[in-house]
Amino acid sequence: MAQLHFTSWLRQVVPDGPIEAAGRTVGDALGALFVQRPHVRSYVLDDRGLLRKHVCIFADGKRLPHAGALAQSIRPDSKLYVMQALSGG
Amino acid sequence: MNDRMLVATRKGLLTLVRKGRTWGIARTDFPGVPVTAALLDARDATLYAMLKHGHFGAKLHRSNDDGATWTELAAPAFPADAAGSPTLFQIWTLEAGGADQPGRLWAGALPAGLFCSDDRGEHWELVSALWNVPEREKWFGGGYDDAGIHTISPDPRDASKVFVAISCGGVWDSNDSGKSWALRGDGLIAAYMPPEQAGVRESQDPHRVARCHAAPDTMWMQHHCGIFRSTDTGATWAQLKLPGDDFGFAVAAHPKDPLTAWFVPAIKDELRVPRDGAFAVTRTSDGGKTWQTFRDGLPQREAFDLVYRHGLDVDASGTQLAMGSTTGSLWVSENAGEGWQLVNAHLPPIYAVRLV
Repeated sequence: MAQLHFTSWLRQVVPDGPIEAAGRTVGDALGALFVQRPHVRSYVLDDRGLLRKHVCIFADGKRLPHAGALAQSIRPDSKLYVMQALSGG
Repeated sequence: MNDRMLVATRKGLLTLVRKGRTWGIARTDFPGVPVTAALLDARDATLYAMLKHGHFGAKLHRSNDDGATWTELAAPAFPADAAGSPTLFQIWTLEAGGADQPGRLWAGALPAGLFCSDDRGEHWELVSALWNVPEREKWFGGGYDDAGIHTISPDPRDASKVFVAISCGGVWDSNDSGKSWALRGDGLIAAYMPPEQAGVRESQDPHRVARCHAAPDTMWMQHHCGIFRSTDTGATWAQLKLPGDDFGFAVAAHPKDPLTAWFVPAIKDELRVPRDGAFAVTRTSDGGKTWQTFRDGLPQREAFDLVYRHGLDVDASGTQLAMGSTTGSLWVSENAGEGWQLVNAHLPPIYAVRLV
């Protein structure tokens, strides 16, 4: 299963990371996490289900382009980092 | 006279208390996080705070024990099928429903969604009848990318009658708790529109509207293009002539006297700073025929203070006021605005002040 790490700021809502979640894409893995922890969803996705404008995701050492981040394919052992983009202030 | 106020700032929610003549910060909640609105619901002594994380969206927290502990609730959100695929940017204002509507809350958002909860914020619903008015196509942002709702005022005589003001989308009212809406605002003038469209009601930018509690048909408006007063619950408005600047954001209506209101002037609208660096509050006590300018206790040189829409409040007696500025200064007045006492000049930018 992929390992999901969260920015230290989000430890307020994910205190016990990293979290393991299964999925073929970043979006799938996050979706699996949101099933376990529904309250995390609104911190990462907006009302439309899109990645929040100022959240960025790294997968296996690479920062993913924002527009395609959720659709990005991942490996079963991928390491994902959900971070705040500095563009958000 | 109140002994306590909530101050929503760029860096957290401050609770200030008064001991004698001195006000001080008793508690800071959500340190470092922008708090865009706060409410103490007098009906059940519940506290609410609306947060806007720069990265992680708008959040709602509630306290049932006067701020000792807070619980996060699901914030209002646009439904997936809402026209235009909006996403919540921030909650701009939060208001309690009527005394006969326990648990009812109203939230006004950017983009300009009106949300209603009937269970103390546990669940929220977009008021779709307002979101779907055809005039929404003509709404536009005023200071933000999108139009937003900053004023929600249930009628104290009948809380099923609700008035809202939108920057920039004019003023609207409902007589059926939000099931249907009517566009109001005859007499408002928008100088930022082409001349032939200056009176178009759905293009108006009411910066803030305040209502006289004892005479609820009387409303005062600080508009982008001047100051207006209505005596028919917002249906028609008369522009008031001031001797000085009539630009600003905040307005407070006297709770008992429909002829008295306060404003905080600034040079219009490219500058938005006090004239000559001298900060002042204006008051009329005769319905806008004449105006008094008060400066006692306020900085009279090199001041850049601007008071946002929710940065001025008056107590139930009409004698105590509180005012917070974008440059982090906070004042109180105990003589109806004629003299002011500086509480703190070093706070974060202040979004909202409420005497509670």
